[in-house]
Amino acid sequence: MTLALSAKRSRAGASLRLGALLVALLVGAAALSLVWTPYPPAAMDIPNKLLAPSFAHWLGTDALGRDVASQILAGARVSLLVGVIAVGIGLGFGVALGLLAATAQGFIEDAIMKFCDFTFAFPALLMAILLTATYGPGVINAILAIGIANVPIFAKLTRSAANGVLAREFAMAARASGRGPFAIAFEHVLPNIAPPLIVQATIQFAIAILAEAALSYLGLGAQPPLASWGRMLADAQAWMYVAPRLAIFPGLAVALSVLGLNLLGDGLRDALDPRLRARR
Amino acid sequence: MFVYVLQRLLILVVTLAFASIVIFGVLEVLPGDAAQTMLGASATPESVAALAHKLGLDQPFATRYAEWVGGAVRGDLGLSYAYGSPIGPLIWERITVSGPLALLTMAIASAVALTAGVYSAERRGRTGDAAVMAASQFGLAVPNFWFGIVLVLIFAVHWRLFPAGGFPGWSNPWLALKALFLPALALGLVQAAILTRVTRSALLEALNEDFMRTARAKGLSRRAALWRHALPNALPPILTIMGLQFANLVAGAVVVENVFVLPGLGRLIVQSIANRDVLVVEDCVMGLAAFVIALNVLVDLAAAAIDPRLRAGAA
Repeated sequence: MTLALSAKRSRAGASLRLGALLVALLVGAAALSLVWTPYPPAAMDIPNKLLAPSFAHWLGTDALGRDVASQILAGARVSLLVGVIAVGIGLGFGVALGLLAATAQGFIEDAIMKFCDFTFAFPALLMAILLTATYGPGVINAILAIGIANVPIFAKLTRSAANGVLAREFAMAARASGRGPFAIAFEHVLPNIAPPLIVQATIQFAIAILAEAALSYLGLGAQPPLASWGRMLADAQAWMYVAPRLAIFPGLAVALSVLGLNLLGDGLRDALDPRLRARR
Repeated sequence: MFVYVLQRLLILVVTLAFASIVIFGVLEVLPGDAAQTMLGASATPESVAALAHKLGLDQPFATRYAEWVGGAVRGDLGLSYAYGSPIGPLIWERITVSGPLALLTMAIASAVALTAGVYSAERRGRTGDAAVMAASQFGLAVPNFWFGIVLVLIFAVHWRLFPAGGFPGWSNPWLALKALFLPALALGLVQAAILTRVTRSALLEALNEDFMRTARAKGLSRRAALWRHALPNALPPILTIMGLQFANLVAGAVVVENVFVLPGLGRLIVQSIANRDVLVVEDCVMGLAAFVIALNVLVDLAAAAIDPRLRAGAA
């Protein structure tokens, strides 16, 4: 039993470490691209188009002679930016709504939860397609659309976790000692519901990166000359018979980033909440 | 059960009404006047205004909303500005592609997920379980449209076993299915990964129940107990997630249909957005939303029919 438990624990530790490593690579690539890329990512060089990977161009060049490695590095920036802001919007509004629902109860709680249920029935990507189509394609609108879809997810999670905390003795003691509902929400509820929120945030981060790639692939997200993995894939499709490798690298970048975030989320859940580990 | 069904149906109607208001509201602010787009930049303001009047675009918001919903209830979805034809048959034609695609995807995903989930749960904590779980992590991480592109590279460009895209129509069902197979595989990967994890954890939960010990005590083999008692009890959560996942599948199909140039609903939506064909977008999105909402209600009802405890809890 102890042996099985420790084996499981080491596996959880492994997913945490591998996840952290992949996410560090993503952040590192984005940070590096701010100060250095092998070539300017948007610089066209038609005579040197569709080059195979070489020492001069590590991952080759695309149909317009742009350096693929430089575009991948710069693309990390867009993915990271979309993830951070979209999750930030979801956390900011979602946690506020969830805390409000749990604290206010009654009609307000019902209304907020009904609203969340409705938005859930609406696929996030479909909503993002609608919003970017309505307000114009672009990375800002893509971020807003993905962020809005995140709000009900965090609101529901916050409310159910907060209700659990509010029923505990220390929260009741705080109320009995005369603390107001907002003070209780910030001093007692928020610190106690942080672990599940952090885990959910890493998962939504991964989903945001996937959604941005899909939107940019459809031409609704990042616009040229901004480098984006999704748009690189759309460009690559036209050259599939000539240079199939162009369709490989950006997809790998997306998949590895998402894998890293998912593994990090799993690892964090096990590390932050020992009860879940025991139950698995 | 009757009260429960009534309750669910009421929620269905309210959600549908709310969805229609949101969709109509959001899309009515679509930038770029449809009349202007149809006539081109060189059109005179008078002719644009005349066409807008003919299309009813100059009516107030509430009037147009009432006409749209009223028409939809009567089965009249209006005219497409870009195609100049009734939208109903246009959408139906696309459904004959998207519908089978979704069904094929779900069939592939469920077959893979049930097999892998049961396999994994039976070997909990062993190498086979770890391998399935690791594979499902990759399935979750790979963007479905990229997986589609990779499938095209392997099976259409390299081996030329399947077409790279397009749809030949249903006159030859074999060719049609062949055209849908790679897209369904691309869409099904993520679904299979999610459903495998759900199946595994639902099964593990059921395996811990007291009735499993009873089943084993009365002499059933481990395998027989799993198939006869654990699996039926694990089914409601699996069905619920399947229903929820269908919504994501529908959205994912929009992107994957573009990878494979399939003339389905997803491509129609993207093309209509480009054409500023607002009414088509509204009808398609509302249709998809209605389908997803109705499906979720059906899943709730099916789960309640399988597991009476759910009815008691909700009523």
